[in-house]
Amino acid sequence: MADDGGVGDGLDRTPAAPADVCVVGSGPAGALVAHRLAARGADVVILEAGPRFEFSQRREQQERHIRPGMGDPWEMGGQRDEYSTGGRHYPLNAARVKGVGGSTLHWQGMVMRLHERDFEMATRYDVGEDWPLTYDDLRPYYAAAERELGVAGAIDNPYAPPRDDPFPLSAFPPSYSDSLFAEACERLGIDMHSVPNARNSEPYDGRASCQGYGTCRPVCPSGAKYTAESHVEKAESAGARVIDHAPVQRLEHDDEGDAVDAAVYATPDGTEHRQSAQRFVVACGGVENARLLLLSESEEYPDGLANSSGAVGRFFMDHLFAGAGGRLDERTRQNHVGFITSECHQFYDDEDPVEGLKLEFLNYAGPSPVIEALHAETWGDELLDQLRGSYGTHIAMGGLVEQLPDADNRVTLDPSRTDDHGNPVPHIEWSLSDRTERAIRRANEIQHAILEELDASIEWTVGPDATGPAYHQMGTTRMGADPGRSVVDADCRTHDLSNLWVVGSSVFPTGGAMNPTLTIAALSLRASESLADSL
Amino acid sequence: MELTRRDALAALAAAGATVGGGALAGRFDPPRADAGGSGAAGSPSTATPTLSTDLLDLLDALAEVLYPSDVDGRRGFVEEYVLGRTEGRPEYRAGVREAAAQLDAVARDWEGNAYADLAAEDRDRTLRRLGVETADPDPEGPITDRIRFYLVEDLLFAFYASPAGGRLVGIENPIGHPGGIESYQRGPMERDPDDPTGGDSDG
Repeated sequence: MADDGGVGDGLDRTPAAPADVCVVGSGPAGALVAHRLAARGADVVILEAGPRFEFSQRREQQERHIRPGMGDPWEMGGQRDEYSTGGRHYPLNAARVKGVGGSTLHWQGMVMRLHERDFEMATRYDVGEDWPLTYDDLRPYYAAAERELGVAGAIDNPYAPPRDDPFPLSAFPPSYSDSLFAEACERLGIDMHSVPNARNSEPYDGRASCQGYGTCRPVCPSGAKYTAESHVEKAESAGARVIDHAPVQRLEHDDEGDAVDAAVYATPDGTEHRQSAQRFVVACGGVENARLLLLSESEEYPDGLANSSGAVGRFFMDHLFAGAGGRLDERTRQNHVGFITSECHQFYDDEDPVEGLKLEFLNYAGPSPVIEALHAETWGDELLDQLRGSYGTHIAMGGLVEQLPDADNRVTLDPSRTDDHGNPVPHIEWSLSDRTERAIRRANEIQHAILEELDASIEWTVGPDATGPAYHQMGTTRMGADPGRSVVDADCRTHDLSNLWVVGSSVFPTGGAMNPTLTIAALSLRASESLADSL
Repeated sequence: MELTRRDALAALAAAGATVGGGALAGRFDPPRADAGGSGAAGSPSTATPTLSTDLLDLLDALAEVLYPSDVDGRRGFVEEYVLGRTEGRPEYRAGVREAAAQLDAVARDWEGNAYADLAAEDRDRTLRRLGVETADPDPEGPITDRIRFYLVEDLLFAFYASPAGGRLVGIENPIGHPGGIESYQRGPMERDPDDPTGGDSDG
């Protein structure tokens, strides 16, 4: 009988033989690295803190999302996922998932490339930090990432950075709602264009095309939305082993502090196991990456593993949501699908303010009738009247605004609270600067201009006071050329330990205002090459 | 409006049930009111009152209260939905049965008759007196919350996640329904020519 670690499924959760590569985390960063290395013949083991969610359960999970009282479809919360905050509240668990596939199980699937200027904000504008690589360095990896994820897009965006190839899949056509915006935007000289989506507009890579379930975030029951489960499965087909329910407690290094020897993980029965490997890849997400390094402090690294720079956990960033919406005196056809089909990147490269901002034309403004019905306090004809009154004429814009890195925004350990294995929980200190708030107001100005041109009655605005994060956690193990100011190099290898890589959005020195996952994927594919070369 | 078998299939799809042709062809034996107590060996129903009518009779009677008044074909919709939905989810089915039995017991206590046999306004009043309007749906909460969760929410979810229910509000592809990627591109339904198929393919 296999030692299943107390899970009850009979699957062996004891360590694999010493591996070539141990990957901690199976989100997009870890999954892509694991697949690339396994495909090149490396012996790979993946340690995943959460469970494997069976695809056959996805429609029941969707029901859990739509219906109140059924709990979180991805089982987030509880002592395992506790955290504390300082400054502005940061809702850490709102959109992250612990499980095979990571937060791509929950994500919406928007996949844009960063712009050239995002890699050199310090040089160009004397803000933030330059990346140790350029857009051109990353360009072929962006193209590869688009193929891996299966991006549906069109080359109709005059503000996008240069590219060589068309998207792997054709773009989703614009919505009826987009057509309402289009006339107003044209009068204002504002350009609309398609949105790159990691979502199948036709069957691709063994996955179905979009069925229009309308619940992309947080559950896509059709499999059309890319999740990193795809690359975990490919890695397994290439020989990788996945151990789920195996949160890594700490990394242990050799006597000299030059290399990591083992990842110590715990199974639900409380047993600790040591997985040895030649190389280690930390891929646990923008907060847990920093936390794991901090939890792995030692005599040689008293402030946390790979933290001789002091940058681990610092420069925590997110994108800020800016939005506005209201109603028209005509029907707007919202909530048929859960993704967007038009954006505007026209103001992204503006210099006043220099913070990037992108605008989104939403296809899901206002309430969904079914969800409203399930929260209503009446039924029958009265309910139908209520739903008819609230659905039908809403319209809204969203947008993301850049937050520049600030050393005081940071992830530390909170020794006063512990998780289900007795480890200090992450503590997130996060505040917005005046300049970030100013950039949010600029986004609101443009959104209001468009809505006013539409003759919409503006009913709500999310500005500097009401804003919240887009759940794009970045910056806590920043990359850089200078080991005194950064945690990893351009290959995502830590400056301090020769066999330790950190991948994911935690390595971003600045965050731009584009959804981060395509850049996560591109950097991971690039890191895979340096990892493979080192073997 | 007419609820059709296709609407039930749509509701089943939204609910994640496996839509097997055999099941929908009538292979299923609907739960009987008296099956939970004496007949079913090992059935852990000790604390549950007995349903005095068919479960489907009760659900249909409840749906008459919950759904808009001009809906036809309701019983077939409910029957297909309950049938398909509880298949493969025995715990959920037990929850539906238990909540139905509790509601039925309340009706007999308060109104002196089985819930399914009450006049529609008495069925409505019983729910409201129980506080179901404002109850939090909770499968493990007090009776009112369980009735809200297993019966009211279940039936409303089926209806408003289907093209039939959505269409009454103005959306033929509501959230939860796999209605494809055409409808979001189209203008309001009023501008569309009448679809002789009933529009089931569009939602």
